[in-house]
Amino acid sequence: MVKVKINNTKVEVSADTTILDAAAQAGITIPTLCYFRNLNDIAACRVCVVEVEGMERLVAACNTKVQPGAHYITNSPKVRAARTTNVELILTQHKTACTTCVRSGNCSLQDVATDLNILDVPFELDTRGDKWNSRYPLIRENKKCIKCMRCIQVCNNIQGMHIWDLRNHGSRTTIGLSGDATINETKCVLCGQCITHCPVGALRERDDTDRVLAALADPDITTVIQIAPAVRTAWGDALGLTREEATPGKMVNALRKLGFDYIFDTDFAADLTIMEEGTELLGRLANRDDYEWPMFTSCCPGWVRYMKGNRSEQIPQLSSAKSPQQMFGAAMKTYFMQEKGLEPSKVCCISVMPCVAKKYEVGVEEMWSVEKGTPDVDISLTTREMVRMLKSDFVSIEDLVEDEFDHPLGVATGAGHIFGATGGVMEAALRTAYFAVTGENPDPDAFADVRGMDGWKEATFDLAGTPLRVAVASGLANMQRLLEALDEGTVEYDFVEIMACPGGCAGGGGQPIKDNCEQAEARGQVLYKLDRRADLRFSHENPSVQEAYEKIFGEPNSHEAHRLLHTNQYAWSFVPRECLER
Amino acid sequence: MARLEITRPSEAHATVSELTQDLGALLTSGSMAGCPVEFAGAMVHTCASQSCGKCVPCRIGLSQLDHLITQVLDGQGTLKTVEMIETLAESIYLSADCAVGYGAAQSVLTAVIAFQDDFRHHVRRNSCLTKIEGTSIPCISGCPANVDIPGYIALVGAGRYTDAVRLIRKDNPFVLACGLICEHPCELSCRRALIDDPINIRGLKRYAIEHASDSYTPFHYEKTDRKIAIIGGGPSGLTAAYYLALMGHEPTIFEQREHLGGMMRYGIPAYRLPRERLDAEIDFMVSQGIEVHLNTRIPDDISFEDLKANYDAIYVAIGAHNDNKLGIEGEDAEGVMSAVEMLRKIGDGSYPDFAGQRIAVIGGGNVAMDVARSSVRLGAESVTIVYRRRIEDMTAQREEIDGAIAEGCELLELHAPQSIATEDGKVVGLTVQRQIPGEISGGRPRPVAADCPPETLPFDRILVAIGQVIDSEEFAKAGVATSRGRILGDEYGEVFDIDGVFVGGDCETGPATVIRAVAAGKVVARNIDDYLGYHHPIKLDVEVPPAVARDRAACGRSNMLERKVADRKDDFDLMESPYSEQEAMQEADRCLRCDHFGMGAFLGGRSFEW
Repeated sequence: MVKVKINNTKVEVSADTTILDAAAQAGITIPTLCYFRNLNDIAACRVCVVEVEGMERLVAACNTKVQPGAHYITNSPKVRAARTTNVELILTQHKTACTTCVRSGNCSLQDVATDLNILDVPFELDTRGDKWNSRYPLIRENKKCIKCMRCIQVCNNIQGMHIWDLRNHGSRTTIGLSGDATINETKCVLCGQCITHCPVGALRERDDTDRVLAALADPDITTVIQIAPAVRTAWGDALGLTREEATPGKMVNALRKLGFDYIFDTDFAADLTIMEEGTELLGRLANRDDYEWPMFTSCCPGWVRYMKGNRSEQIPQLSSAKSPQQMFGAAMKTYFMQEKGLEPSKVCCISVMPCVAKKYEVGVEEMWSVEKGTPDVDISLTTREMVRMLKSDFVSIEDLVEDEFDHPLGVATGAGHIFGATGGVMEAALRTAYFAVTGENPDPDAFADVRGMDGWKEATFDLAGTPLRVAVASGLANMQRLLEALDEGTVEYDFVEIMACPGGCAGGGGQPIKDNCEQAEARGQVLYKLDRRADLRFSHENPSVQEAYEKIFGEPNSHEAHRLLHTNQYAWSFVPRECLER
Repeated sequence: MARLEITRPSEAHATVSELTQDLGALLTSGSMAGCPVEFAGAMVHTCASQSCGKCVPCRIGLSQLDHLITQVLDGQGTLKTVEMIETLAESIYLSADCAVGYGAAQSVLTAVIAFQDDFRHHVRRNSCLTKIEGTSIPCISGCPANVDIPGYIALVGAGRYTDAVRLIRKDNPFVLACGLICEHPCELSCRRALIDDPINIRGLKRYAIEHASDSYTPFHYEKTDRKIAIIGGGPSGLTAAYYLALMGHEPTIFEQREHLGGMMRYGIPAYRLPRERLDAEIDFMVSQGIEVHLNTRIPDDISFEDLKANYDAIYVAIGAHNDNKLGIEGEDAEGVMSAVEMLRKIGDGSYPDFAGQRIAVIGGGNVAMDVARSSVRLGAESVTIVYRRRIEDMTAQREEIDGAIAEGCELLELHAPQSIATEDGKVVGLTVQRQIPGEISGGRPRPVAADCPPETLPFDRILVAIGQVIDSEEFAKAGVATSRGRILGDEYGEVFDIDGVFVGGDCETGPATVIRAVAAGKVVARNIDDYLGYHHPIKLDVEVPPAVARDRAACGRSNMLERKVADRKDDFDLMESPYSEQEAMQEADRCLRCDHFGMGAFLGGRSFEW
């Protein structure tokens, strides 16, 4: 332990504590900007500088460890002046357009500039930017970039993708694409983690809300919206609701107020996915020698993009099942529309996803299985876009009441809910696989070993006498370690769940942002709570799923199921459809 | 009549000249980094500030050049802009009135031509070709073997000498040899020069190895049973063998001489690198699992084809051990000896006796200084270094020249040997022609014969140290591609067209330094491992103390001292005195820890494996 003084407050901290954390322990806040805990402590913005008694120059609090007996001053005249100047300098290279910025009200630069009472920037503005393909699902606006480097760090170190890189030198230093490629030339999987780790509005998803508003405005169009599992864990964050207040029922109610005709649950399609993927797994296990192992889940389009971009030879190891988003589209445009007597061309299917890659996935033509030339899912929004729609429609949050998803595609089980957390797909699949093999339901919590925030988890379960070796990875760097271990033969598995985002969809790149705070774990817990409280906890017990099989798909993995619910991932184009040269 | 005034520089001008030196230091230490186009822009801007403002090309042209380069940097340039830059620079060069204008324009022209690709990349992609990663920690980038310099300096400062050595050996097994004789290119880029002077990196490395006490065994990967033949037991061959042994392979060195060490033994005199200490360092490496065959020459003793048949890969690291000839009359006379021959004999322990002899050493490189200073130690009556260019044009390091002078060698600059005077087939003198420095070519003035008759100086012995050549003929016959004696390899060290054969060190680069040979050995070890289908990374296995933030008051650099001339000039014992603890601690403390401050913090500060 080390004794130090911070602004004359004595505090005793462990020797490897930074000045920033020691100050926090003493109840003293030091502002930061580029810093992101456990990701970025590069001392670039110099906003966290503090004075060390006896030293002339200031030091960065974020990456300097305390020294025994030191006295740190966080608010001396020298610190105040330097901190303010540095923020003013950052503002010269930042296109300050708060009134029209997607991050206004949730921007660390805006916060720190306001906190420091900066009313005017005395220096000449010098914002430079580059052209960006505005049709791409991920948008970078370099004029707003403050060069904190977080996007590079998260992409390199958490995701192992190395898409972003520093570009140019000196005052012209900025962030560009590695190898000076264009975004279409990169292997960006569209996980969106750079967006959720950006402190300002330099990175965002392509906004598709106007297309949704147009559909809502068209009296001839029936609007059907599906909500992914993880969305319900986070939608209330930016609306001032606590996790307890932001119930799925209120979310449904809010969407009803926006005017959607049918509000359905992607969790229904998650249950459907389990039927297809689980059956596929058991089928492959029965003919083990015909396949390469392990089988991989296919619900995460970021992960599927990784495979397409980097390991296309292993695509046959992916389950051929579509993602829940796409299964929903196919089921809705067959099972539900037949029921209602609706025509595909008169329906707009919208999804709300915690995900940026889903915007790409809806445009993959091989996914369009109901009507040629028409997507099964028309528009995919992120959770953030949904929140923006609620705000721009001035939906009164305090007046929301408990509401219910519509029938029949709003019926889901606890197994479907947990899809949004890392390990959830695995656990849901195992619950149903166990039933399929033994004819009996297991304890629904029998497979809880695959829960939790470890980036790479493994377990072996007994499936009626056959051991099933499974692994779960989230975060693409963890995934790459897992794949390398498989290559080297140091591990062997039968079934592997991969989610591109750390913590799974709960930590998705389309989720509401809270700066310098990883929320996947807490958000995932919301789903486990929903699962615990659910009446039905097994996908095969979902009555709507059972009915859909009776009326449309026949059996899991039947010919019709294959036509509508499975896909050939080989055929997908890596470049988003809307960005293809035509 | 008006009275004259003694001009005194104003305070502002005195500060300008002080800052000019600081700027020089900045540019020197930053010369490895940055964007060439940014550099050209800054250079033009600075040049323009020197213009007196009289003539048009300089006054207006230079600032227009500045604008054009800025356009390129701002992403607003086109290929036409690049063309205009060149045309304008040429026009300034041709028509400016004084050297401020045409000198600046000439530099710009050089830059524009040399940086063509960079300019074009900026225009096409609005981006620098040079990426920042490789240049972020200046000393590490400056070291050919990329040794973790801030890391081991911090460990020395913490008194953890064995850990410092372990850290150095991650990238360079020759800790002692480099601690004593490395040319330390790292120090050229040391950022401490921006405050006072570069850190004495070599001195601290020597201090680390001389104070490391704990024995340890580096990590070895499981045995692979793959055999690698290494031709040449010099710094490059030994380095490759050492790392290949750690990677689990079975390296075998074939060395044509009696001892290992290559030019470290047969080129560098013992007073700079004591034999027994070199042997101890080599023994440590060999004990990691290197098989050694001494007195074995390829292809005389074992054919190249046999090696190819019996080994999974081959590393050719034969160095540059043949001497260059002067090509003048009398060169075959008794008493003429090449530096290579003399140092080779000494390397095998056979010291000639020069007692009472007048010695001429021909040449101006480090080897010339080595033989001159060795001659002093061998009892020579006088030693004269004859060089056809000026002292400042010598390729020898300044401290080597100064050392030779201090030990009583005479430097006869601007004298070109013309012929060797002989009597009865024995040397009696050297006929030299006085030179004057002429036109500059390749950075040095060409020597031109002065308008005066040659003179003959009396000497008893002439030592020729005018460079080495590579003995690569036999390899060329075996199908290895060569050019002017150099064995050709690609950027991975692979010999063209022969699978599994690698090349590196002096025989690939031409005569260079130990650290470059080590770097090549390291690269080839990695690439042979990869070629054999493995991936055995050499990993960092010590923890580096965290950097401490504090003010950095300017503080003088502690240079290495040498034993008194009177004591040292009669023996071959180590000439350089060791650092005291006081000196070492102060020097280690001067390190700015660029692994933590600056770009180091962003990129993780160090390489954790290679």
